[in-house]
Amino acid sequence: MDNEEMKQTLDGILKEHPKKSEIIPILQAVQKEYRYLPEEALCYVAEKLHVGEAKIYSIATFYENFSLEPKGKYVIKICDGTACHVRKSIPILEALRKKLGLSEQKKTTDDMLYTVETVSCLGACGLAPVLTVNDKVYPTMTPDSACELIDTLK
Amino acid sequence: MTDKKHMIIDGQIVNFDEEQNILAVIRKAGIDLPTFCYYSELSIYGACRMCVVEDEWGGIIASCSTPPRDKMKIKTNTPQLFRYRKMILELLLASHCRDCTTCAKNGKCRLQELALRFGIDNVRFENTKKQEEIDDSALSIIRDSSKCILCGDCVRMCSEIQNVGAIDFAYRGSNMTVSTAFNKPLTETNCVNCGQCASVCPTGAIVIRNCTQKFWDAIYDDTKRVVVQFAPAVRVALGDEFGLEPGTNVAGKIVGALRKMGVDEVYDTTMGADLTVMEESKEFVKKYKSGTKLPLFTSCCPAWVKYAEHAHPELVEQISTCKSPMQIFSAVIKEHFKQVQEVDGKETVVFAIMPCTAKKDEQVRPEFLHGDGSRDTDGVITTQEFASILKQAGIVFEDIDPEAADMPFGITTGAGVIFGVTGGVAEAVIRRVVDDKSNNMLHNIAYTGVRGMEGIKEASIPYGDGRVKIAVVNGLANAEKLIEQIEIGEAEYDFVEVMACPGGCIAGAGQPFTRREGKEDRAKGLYDADKLSQVKRSEENPVMMGLYGGILKNKIHELLHVDYSKGEENAK
Repeated sequence: MDNEEMKQTLDGILKEHPKKSEIIPILQAVQKEYRYLPEEALCYVAEKLHVGEAKIYSIATFYENFSLEPKGKYVIKICDGTACHVRKSIPILEALRKKLGLSEQKKTTDDMLYTVETVSCLGACGLAPVLTVNDKVYPTMTPDSACELIDTLK
Repeated sequence: MTDKKHMIIDGQIVNFDEEQNILAVIRKAGIDLPTFCYYSELSIYGACRMCVVEDEWGGIIASCSTPPRDKMKIKTNTPQLFRYRKMILELLLASHCRDCTTCAKNGKCRLQELALRFGIDNVRFENTKKQEEIDDSALSIIRDSSKCILCGDCVRMCSEIQNVGAIDFAYRGSNMTVSTAFNKPLTETNCVNCGQCASVCPTGAIVIRNCTQKFWDAIYDDTKRVVVQFAPAVRVALGDEFGLEPGTNVAGKIVGALRKMGVDEVYDTTMGADLTVMEESKEFVKKYKSGTKLPLFTSCCPAWVKYAEHAHPELVEQISTCKSPMQIFSAVIKEHFKQVQEVDGKETVVFAIMPCTAKKDEQVRPEFLHGDGSRDTDGVITTQEFASILKQAGIVFEDIDPEAADMPFGITTGAGVIFGVTGGVAEAVIRRVVDDKSNNMLHNIAYTGVRGMEGIKEASIPYGDGRVKIAVVNGLANAEKLIEQIEIGEAEYDFVEVMACPGGCIAGAGQPFTRREGKEDRAKGLYDADKLSQVKRSEENPVMMGLYGGILKNKIHELLHVDYSKGEENAK
């Protein structure tokens, strides 16, 4: 690996989790560090653990929580669990996508500031419809209040 | 009633003993329960659900993943099961590319076969599967995920038997596919081109690249002299395609058929194998006596060479510098026809009929590219492709009279013919190396432990004052196990034969697919051919003397050897 800094970070993570059975905690730590799973990091981990690259890729793509794409500075997760859905979470999602020029396929803005995605249930059904920005919870949102929230983030 | 452990299958008593699952007991009872994802040599996955059976309370169980119990009562054929199987097939077909007539697997597809068997005449559901690009980057294997039914046979073959793991499942639920890491083209992965994934793929999702047109183009071209060599393992497998008894040796018919199609010269790769034995033995004895780091690994299997390059670059220098028999022989053929070419002006092209898909990749390795753009071998055709060539030509195989291969390379030995089965290369080298050339010794070598279908075999033979320790492995996962043992010092060998395919070349991915019994029949076919050959040892082949005194003079290194450790520097 050419990237010496990344190598040191990954070696640190692998020291903490040296076993093959710890792939998921390793990937979580990598994602925490880089906010996504860089390809070269996964290849490095595969090599060090003597696990196939395809196996690591298989695990990384299986879980919704792992991302192979770089994410924005603000990750906005709109809950679309049953309670939030019936209390109109989809219009919030659509409003945010429209405001930021995003879609189902394109989840992150070109300036790498915002990522908008859905999540199945945040377990805060009493506060529905709910969204989180970098894990901070914002309750009882509307399309308008969500858009205002985005403006305050800038 | 019987005292033995038994099950009652569809009202019939069936004894069982060592069977791991109900499916094996059912098949023993003569019922061909359909499956997509079950192979006894792979781990049990239980994904396709075609093998479901009903227990005595009407419950549905997957027979592949349920162990048999004494006095268990099951039914394999009820209206409910029939309905389930039909529904599974209909759903599989719904997300499956159904262009059967232009599919490479047409006529050999398990999905097609079962759809016919269960009378699927209509698919009610729309195909909503996302269409992925076809990966045809590799010269050996082509992947088309629109035909994948996610049985996972390829994934388990690649990781469990071959320890390569070039492909795995990616994503989940309805988005799930079989993919390489980061969906890269196969050529950018650690794939070794063994093709075993394709050999277990029930559909056309993974197929072997077809080169038959290239062969026909050469045949139709009058400016070309078409020379064909065919590998040892081909002769005992081709018959499967024409309804012959498994393991029937059709070497003579292959020669006869090729002549009928207009091939100019036909040779047996066995002769190339004899040259490999000569050179590899020489190399081994030299290294053994000089105390160079051993073991010496064989170099005949291109999938193994590739595996070593990816997984154990430190071992590449311990791989024999002999080219594979195919490459050795092609180089010798080209050299032989050089002078003839100057007289008649015909360009010599060499095609090789091989049991192997990795040979398609080996043929174009940079080491074998010459300065003038020519290559040792011009095309590689698998046994299955050759069968289709014969069918295209309208040749009635059973009517072909056996013929003998052409001279000057037409004389072959028993040592060369057993190259096609696991242990054969080692046995041939032992025959060359041992001082005792008696028939008794020949017989003893066969029982040293080199023969048989086991994954890892060991043998030891007397040599000089000591003994030479030999290991024979087939399946790259077994090779990996052996290498680990050598590395930690638990095992020590002087000579290691590696064949990537389980059972050796007889079960190569270019061959008609066979299970364990079929492999044993093919092995027997080769050992029988050895028994019937007048010359048993490579050095006694009269062609050798002529070659070493003739065209090989001062050209041994150039024509017969290659140094894989130099990588692309080898390109001449």
